[in-house]
Amino acid sequence: MTDATTATQNATLYEQLGGEPAVNAAVDIFYRKVIADPRINTFFFGVDMAQQAAKQKAFLTMAFGGPHHYTGLDMRKGHARLVQMGLNDRHFDAVLEHLGNTLRDLKVAEPLIDQVIAIAESTRTDVLGR
Amino acid sequence: MPVVCHESQSVELVEGQSVLDALLAQGGLIPYSCRGGICQSCLMRAVEGQPPPAAQAGLRETLRLQNYFLACVCHPTENLKVTLPSAEGLAVHTTVVGHRRLGDEIIELSLMPEAPLAYRAGQFITLFNSEAGQGRSYSLASVPGLDASLILHVRRLPGGRISGWIHEELRVGQTVEVRGPGGDCFYVPGKPEQGLLLIGTGSGLAPLYGILRDALAQGHQGPIRLFHGSRDPGGLYLVNELRELACRHAQFDYVPCLSGPDPALGYAQGRAHEVALGEFSDLKGWRVFLCGHPDMVQQAQMRAYLAGAALQEIHADAFHTRREPPH
Repeated sequence: MTDATTATQNATLYEQLGGEPAVNAAVDIFYRKVIADPRINTFFFGVDMAQQAAKQKAFLTMAFGGPHHYTGLDMRKGHARLVQMGLNDRHFDAVLEHLGNTLRDLKVAEPLIDQVIAIAESTRTDVLGR
Repeated sequence: MPVVCHESQSVELVEGQSVLDALLAQGGLIPYSCRGGICQSCLMRAVEGQPPPAAQAGLRETLRLQNYFLACVCHPTENLKVTLPSAEGLAVHTTVVGHRRLGDEIIELSLMPEAPLAYRAGQFITLFNSEAGQGRSYSLASVPGLDASLILHVRRLPGGRISGWIHEELRVGQTVEVRGPGGDCFYVPGKPEQGLLLIGTGSGLAPLYGILRDALAQGHQGPIRLFHGSRDPGGLYLVNELRELACRHAQFDYVPCLSGPDPALGYAQGRAHEVALGEFSDLKGWRVFLCGHPDMVQQAQMRAYLAGAALQEIHADAFHTRREPPH
């Protein structure tokens, strides 16, 4: 095994994806996809868009395996209002779909996309308040 | 180590401690969430001292210029006096020096502060009626350096207590108390070639009129397009002044829009943001200012973003009919 492959294997998911610059690039694409999607964009109406984008960045940082301080309780509290508005599995699936397509737009390799989706998937029960 | 003052408390930071952690340890009530400099929940402003650049990363330029910073990633190198955005604004006494009708529902109110008030064209101040014990926020249409007084466009709202008082009772020579300024909807020099798209409804013209004249005075060269909308011609005002500005400045273009039936000659038909965004399929690189009715602002913000404008370049000021004063 060469040094290069060793380094790749030791790099965290976040490093392999490209760290913060990659998150910034992904947020822009991801948020545009989300608010253009009539299946889910009503959840984003009436919300400060800049604040919303900042929260998307926090979410993507976490899904990319980056540094974050979110707990399951934060996820629950943060989405409680949306659950009351009817947030359900189909909406969560739509968000994951946009997340995967965002990474495909950025030419991220499928095995890495699978890892990101798995991290995002792990928040499902907290996000949906179950 | 630097000392941070917030309200009546002072705390000396310990090595590696953020401003947020220091204030929370003192029992301060500071909103926060991610603790990683991302979510912007812990936004604060330094009123004395300069926050380090790392604590301002990701903030829009208009906020950086006002020394806003994120407390959770703020490790200052000098002493800071800080406030929460909600605690801003000191009372300033002003005298009414002008009170004239601009349109069917709009009064132009000119106020001379007893001491100079530092502000940027497009920000808002809160005007208080001491008898009613209430205040309302109004955007500034004046430009520092061009206008001696603070100028507001006050729309008469049906049953509006403060707007009714301003229209019917307030007169030249009376004194009123204002607080502020606040808001981050203003022109920032440095990109003179950038396109500026300004969309306003009703008295949402006030901040845009300030921003427009500020940009021209600062030598902005790129295209500036202003769309002002109302239902009928009586709701538009400063039409002649704006047409004259458009004649004098080749880079500036003014489009008055009427959403009611049968618009008169010389007006675009439709709601201002639909007319404006219908003309622009690509807003990449543009700076966008949206002021007025909350629904318009909301829709236009989303459409401008989807048309390619960066979120940090979209400045939105929604006029809720009762905007709470900055507490």
